[in-house]
Amino acid sequence: MSDAVAMFQLLDVEKVYRIDRSGWLRFGLGAGQRLMALDRIRLTVGAGDSVALVGESGSGKSTLLRVLVGLTASSNGRALFRGREIDRLSSAERKQFQRDVAMIYQDARGSLNPRLRVVDLIAEPMREHRLCQPSEVQDRVIALLTRVGMPADAAERYPSQLSGGQVRRVAIARALASEPKVIVADEAVSGLDVSTQAQLLNLLRGLQREMGLTLLFITHDLAVASYLCRRIAVMYLGRIVESGPTRAVLRQPAHPYTRALLEASPRFFEPIAGTLSGEIPSPIDLPSGCRFAGRCRLAGPECLEREPELQAFGADRQVACWRPETDQAPCP
Amino acid sequence: MGVRQMSADVSAAPNAPQMLRDPAPREPLLWLHDVSLARAGRSVLDRVSFALGRGEVLGLVGESGAGKSTLALIAMGLLRPPAVALEGCMRFAEFDNLLAEPESVWAGLRGRRIGMIFQDAAAALNPCFTVAHHLATPLRRLLGLGRADARRRAITLLESVGLNDAEARLAAFPHELSGGMQQRVMIAVALACSPELLLADEPTSALDVTIQAQIMRLILQQVRARHASSIIVLHDLALASQVCDRIVVLYAGQVVEAGSSETVLRRTLHPYTHALKSCVVELETERLTPPEGGLPALGAMPAGCRFAPRCPRATDACASRPPLRELDGRAIACWHPG
Amino acid sequence: MPPRDITIAAPEAPWRFPAPVHAVLEQLRARPFFIAAAVVTLAFLAAALLAPWVAPFDPAFQDPDYLMAAPNAVHPAGTDSFGQDILSRVLYGARYAFLIGFCSVLIGAAGGLAIGLAAGLLGGAVEWALMRFIDAILALPSLIMAITFIAILGQGMDKVVYAVGFALIGPFARTVRADVLQVRAQAFVEAAGLMGVNRLRIVRRHILPNVVFPLAVQATVRVSEAILVASGLSFLGLGVVPPTPEWGLMISEGRAFISFAPWMSGVPGAALALLLIALSIVGDGVRERFDPKLRVNR
Repeated sequence: MSDAVAMFQLLDVEKVYRIDRSGWLRFGLGAGQRLMALDRIRLTVGAGDSVALVGESGSGKSTLLRVLVGLTASSNGRALFRGREIDRLSSAERKQFQRDVAMIYQDARGSLNPRLRVVDLIAEPMREHRLCQPSEVQDRVIALLTRVGMPADAAERYPSQLSGGQVRRVAIARALASEPKVIVADEAVSGLDVSTQAQLLNLLRGLQREMGLTLLFITHDLAVASYLCRRIAVMYLGRIVESGPTRAVLRQPAHPYTRALLEASPRFFEPIAGTLSGEIPSPIDLPSGCRFAGRCRLAGPECLEREPELQAFGADRQVACWRPETDQAPCP
Repeated sequence: MGVRQMSADVSAAPNAPQMLRDPAPREPLLWLHDVSLARAGRSVLDRVSFALGRGEVLGLVGESGAGKSTLALIAMGLLRPPAVALEGCMRFAEFDNLLAEPESVWAGLRGRRIGMIFQDAAAALNPCFTVAHHLATPLRRLLGLGRADARRRAITLLESVGLNDAEARLAAFPHELSGGMQQRVMIAVALACSPELLLADEPTSALDVTIQAQIMRLILQQVRARHASSIIVLHDLALASQVCDRIVVLYAGQVVEAGSSETVLRRTLHPYTHALKSCVVELETERLTPPEGGLPALGAMPAGCRFAPRCPRATDACASRPPLRELDGRAIACWHPG
Repeated sequence: MPPRDITIAAPEAPWRFPAPVHAVLEQLRARPFFIAAAVVTLAFLAAALLAPWVAPFDPAFQDPDYLMAAPNAVHPAGTDSFGQDILSRVLYGARYAFLIGFCSVLIGAAGGLAIGLAAGLLGGAVEWALMRFIDAILALPSLIMAITFIAILGQGMDKVVYAVGFALIGPFARTVRADVLQVRAQAFVEAAGLMGVNRLRIVRRHILPNVVFPLAVQATVRVSEAILVASGLSFLGLGVVPPTPEWGLMISEGRAFISFAPWMSGVPGAALALLLIALSIVGDGVRERFDPKLRVNR
């Protein structure tokens, strides 16, 4: 994928928080502990790509998301959107960026102002970016609602009158209202009933394919990642440990953490697999060496000395491991 | 509306249909019969019946609003009149109908013979008290152990749930522990008095997936080791298949299908169970075909089969509620099974 | 042995009143004190509005035949030392009570809104300075604060309104700032920022509406406090000037005669107490119903 069409490019992006001993965040210099929420992230997202960011708590996926949408500035490295640094956009460029990148929050209900009706909520980005005449707004809103599978009369309702699944659909409709090129979703389907989740997954996949949107999807569920996204990046404690085409990575995971995630996901009638021992360590002041070494069953002496970098693995994949599992049986 | 007494000795009406529940376990520990619950005039549970044998793990599966957590709370005696209108019979060990017993009986059972693990460990543990206090409370109050004995037992319990360095953990407060460790503490508290019945309300939903597997394994292992029975409330069918011996599928407060997990999940007959299965996303899933719409609103329950509005097989017959009857080794409530 | 299956006949539906009547009766049964208090408040409000038509006498009219007369047929609540009819003065006094109460709460809420918004939105040194200022105001009881303002402004009904209003700015400012901070932290405010909405518009569309509503609920609770402070000022002789028929003033005028003409202080005192209690209960009821923070799962 040439750089010219890359939507996002993250080059060694880092995000460091300084905290003092009692655990409070503190700005300013001085002795304190470092919390590296993001550690030398390298990621390229091309136009029309669908990328899943997968990880557990503490993996930094939410922080990465915030850097991508410009809410948080990176401490080091460069985060580029279509070749321009996100932190240094001019105000006109920034306006365009805000139009092109739309976010769907995990807490969909919290992301909608409870005092506004659905029509006003969806129309807000349209009005803000002056995408149409005021007289056309109503029709466009109804068209969007229909697109996400909501009845037209929902436009006059308030979020408190809608169910959880419907609120998510309104959030998706609002994200589409600014005619974005990129949709960034933070666990957009978690915490829902399986039937609602399935409906929303179909909706998102359909929209992404029809409209050629670039989709960045954060999830902890590998199956959802596989259903929605063609590429996947697995994160652990602030680093991307593996990335590549979703099917390939999930069929034959190279990194032991990816394999552990796969084994931990429940599957019909499989007994609960040999699980990963230990807890996810604290991201504060990590020891040297691979950050997964403490829980990895394949850890060797080189794993405790130096942190592995993300390296090419096969045609289109990358993995950050000294001992990637190259020749094992595919995951059942 | 209070609890109606249903004694097993009352002779049935002359033409009462002989209804079998899901093939009765050999040594039933818990038997729910026609348990119905209404809150503020709205029916939440409608004639739920199932049985649980000793040493069995039963999964209550359904979507949110189906009434599974409500059932767990009823089984623990935490939802009682006059807060709600409760009917039906719940047989437990030597008690004919626990629902008719007064609070004093429940107080003797809770914690001692029926234990519960809640979904959100952080919310269920009191942040003002240490782990030691949480563990010591049931040990000293319910088992009458002295302070030193309780402490020793607490250490043993913590080690058995996989928390090494138990002495240090005893002095910790809940917020100083990670989510997985908090859940382990809650499991230890629930098992402190070795209850016969362990209830678990979505015990792993709030946890990361690698920790989820660990905790689920731990619960299973503990239940088997103590030859206790367990009811686990789940929304994840795949997890249920891994963990449960029997499964009860709930929809809108009604039991739609119940039987061994093998039977219910591999040889599914009820359209709702089929629909649930079709919604489960797996790694190789190419297409998902979820049913349209959502659960009926609490105040607007259909009169007959509650799944009929969304069911691809619905006919006029579905305007009347199908009875729960035995078919091919499981209990099912449907006019068009298949 | 499994329990045998037994069919149970459905109970008959009990007879009920038609829907609107039933709804009102439900409310009456569920919240009797609130309904009673609301009725009392409305009665006072009606008295205030209709005083010129309902009062038997002009409040300043001095009846020479009945000086300090006990309640009788002509003057149902008696007269004061000037021969003025107490009942009429109490009815007119309701006007002043409500007027002062509402206006001063309005001033207090407006001032509190401005200060609280500035503190919550600007943060930093501005917030610190404003909050210390509010702390200073809150350090003194509202009556003392009001007296201080009267000392600066002078006496008279409008001065009373200003004085009580200023004294109420403190508590309002504090709750507004807390609400602003809480609303700012909500996801929808951040989402609006992400969509490109500029900051002023975010304040206007997203923050303000979510702050004004709890403020309005707070205001209904504070009205009784405002009336009490205003009456206190008048009682002390620092509020309205005679012959204004204000309850606090009437109580003060009757103080010297309380042993042999108790109705002079007693009737306005009873009216004041009744209205304050009723307003308190109504305020609490409104707060329970509408304050999102107090919402119990329904």
